[in-house]
Amino acid sequence: MKIKRLLVLTALLSTTLAAAQKTTVTVGVFPDLDSVVKAALPGFNKLYPDIDVKINSLAYADHHNALTTALSTGKGANDLEAIDFGYVAKFAEGNGMTDLSKAPYNAGALASKFVSFTFPQSTTQDGRIVAIPTDIGPGSMFFRTDLLAKAGVKPAQLNASWESYITNGKKVVAANPGTFLIPDASEAAQIILRTGLKAGEGLYFDKNNKVLVSPDNARFVKAFTVAKQIRDAKLDAKAGAAFSPEWTTAFQKGNLATEFSGAWLVGHMQNWLAKDFSGKWNAQNLPGNTFASWGGSFYGIPTQSANKDAAWKLLQYLTTNPAQQVLAFKTTGAFPALKAGQTDSVFNQGVAYLGNQKARLLWRTAATKIQPLDVNKLDPIADQIVGDALGSVLDGSKDIPTALADAQRLVERRTR
Amino acid sequence: MTAPPANLTPTPPIPKVGGWDNFQRKYAPYIFISPFFLLFFVFGLFPIIFNAYLSVHEWQPGSGLGDMKFVGLRNFTDNLTDPTFWLSLKNTAILAVESGLPQHLIAIPLAFAINMGLKRAQSFITAIYFLPYITSVVAISVIFFTLFSWQYGVLNAALGSLHNIPVLGALFPADKINWLGERAFVQPSIAMVIVWRYVGWNMLLYLSGLQAIPGDLYEAAAVDGATRTEQFRFITLPLLRPTIFLAVTLSLIGGFQLFEEPYILTNGGGGVGQAGLTTIMYMFRTYNAYSDAGLAAAMAWLLFIVIGLLTLVNNRIFGRSGMSDSKAAK
Repeated sequence: MKIKRLLVLTALLSTTLAAAQKTTVTVGVFPDLDSVVKAALPGFNKLYPDIDVKINSLAYADHHNALTTALSTGKGANDLEAIDFGYVAKFAEGNGMTDLSKAPYNAGALASKFVSFTFPQSTTQDGRIVAIPTDIGPGSMFFRTDLLAKAGVKPAQLNASWESYITNGKKVVAANPGTFLIPDASEAAQIILRTGLKAGEGLYFDKNNKVLVSPDNARFVKAFTVAKQIRDAKLDAKAGAAFSPEWTTAFQKGNLATEFSGAWLVGHMQNWLAKDFSGKWNAQNLPGNTFASWGGSFYGIPTQSANKDAAWKLLQYLTTNPAQQVLAFKTTGAFPALKAGQTDSVFNQGVAYLGNQKARLLWRTAATKIQPLDVNKLDPIADQIVGDALGSVLDGSKDIPTALADAQRLVERRTR
Repeated sequence: MTAPPANLTPTPPIPKVGGWDNFQRKYAPYIFISPFFLLFFVFGLFPIIFNAYLSVHEWQPGSGLGDMKFVGLRNFTDNLTDPTFWLSLKNTAILAVESGLPQHLIAIPLAFAINMGLKRAQSFITAIYFLPYITSVVAISVIFFTLFSWQYGVLNAALGSLHNIPVLGALFPADKINWLGERAFVQPSIAMVIVWRYVGWNMLLYLSGLQAIPGDLYEAAAVDGATRTEQFRFITLPLLRPTIFLAVTLSLIGGFQLFEEPYILTNGGGGVGQAGLTTIMYMFRTYNAYSDAGLAAAMAWLLFIVIGLLTLVNNRIFGRSGMSDSKAAK
């Protein structure tokens, strides 16, 4: 009888032990990042056979909303969470995400492995590291070779400076009736605002939280002036934000001569946005030899995670393993944030959609030149206020000094 | 010793009730009604109380419930001194009038016409007009977005071909109108969609109001030689007053809670010069993009006060006389 009991007990113990040995780690992602994680699993499981990975994929906005709710209530987050660039600053606030700069993670040591601008994006002002970058969106000026050729304009003429972008852009539009140089004039302003920053200067605030928006700030004045010149010369399609119906239609009809965006736009263009214009698009650097980034993704570990150790292993595999980064690039075109991920031979190959142009080399160089931007928790508010001010300049209801002075007052109101 | 009067004899005791019966009698009703109260507490009362609590705190939703900081009435004063809040309130008021007034001005005569003339096809026509109301607002807004498109929209194409008609063409604009991209057109464009959507709803309300008016009143009026217009003016309108009061109140509350149509038509941004930014949109933005839950909660209470006051005014103007038929019937 005793022996029987003992046997049952050992059997029970051994099963629980076996279960304990196998950890299940959940990872929350959004499309197309979910296909990257799916592709990573065989390689990851070879290294860590004792860790089971469960992928919880939600639509882009739903994923971030669910994460917000989970962080605010302290329940329901995954062990590892993907965070898009646009949400990093938001989740950096408060204590919802694990500070990876501390032991046992010591992620600060990883910084030098990544393209320099991306790591600071997920580092807070007080030095906490809330997430590790995985992919980036080095900026490019995409242009239609056929439309430029018809006007006799060379790509180098178009992107020499913002002034020559406008002068030569007028020629392109004149030679191709019914086309537009750019979807929306405000895009030019956004690029100028994000480039040419002094070290330690944020987009709208400096290190000491002083508001930079002002009619005396040359960066803001230039951004607004260039945008206004583009609008006044009737070069833009007034399409508003990217992916708006107006923007999409203009692309599909082939009515756009140029567009500024991250390298990832090629994927959209070849799949649905401008299928019929394969080989006619090409890429070049942004005007005025400036370099900017469009988005990017990160991974972070919520403080409420019960499997931080396993989550950290998966995070490292997804972000710091060069082979995995190359695999991600081949899977969805996600441009590696890891420098070692950019040395594969695939980067020397031409991009079929861009007429076999070796655009990836261009993006790789651009990525090294993008300046880090300091993020501020009031950035979304300032972004909205400055965007509104630009809108009233573009539609002619305010002049530039007035609009900037009004915007300055509104942003300063929010800093307390 | 006198015998007690017969009518004072104690009534026989009620037979003892078993435990189960007793339980059923005393507590079962509460159990039967509890689902409502549970749902009400969880989804009705709790959010209101939590919102009130939130409105006097500073809290960023991403940072966990422990991070709330009491700030007193600062959220309220911050909102009241925020130019964008007042702008959003102004936009909401303008949109409520621009979209509310035409709804009723179209719906009342329409309902009258259907009630009078189209006895047979009544339900069919009512259904057609009511259709927009039950269609998904997102689908509607996306379709209108495409119709309003500056370069590729049907509306501009139609105006363009009308402009090309000789003589009459001069009435129509030569250039394409940037409906959602130009300050002056943002609000009318949004209002157009709302009017189109809610006319059917109001028409249905008025139709049911009209059908409650006794037919012999019209017959008597016709015998007296009253025209259709006179019948409408002296019988229909006065007797329809309670319905008008109800419909206007509903429009008022709906108008001040406007969110989906302007949100989708302006891509969530409020459009040029924020002309399409309603208060609810601004509240959503404060919570979602600015991560300031306390400020957003205070804004909800301010909007509640505004709607309350306006409903009161509406009640004063033609509610009282409308509610009691006495005055109208005189």
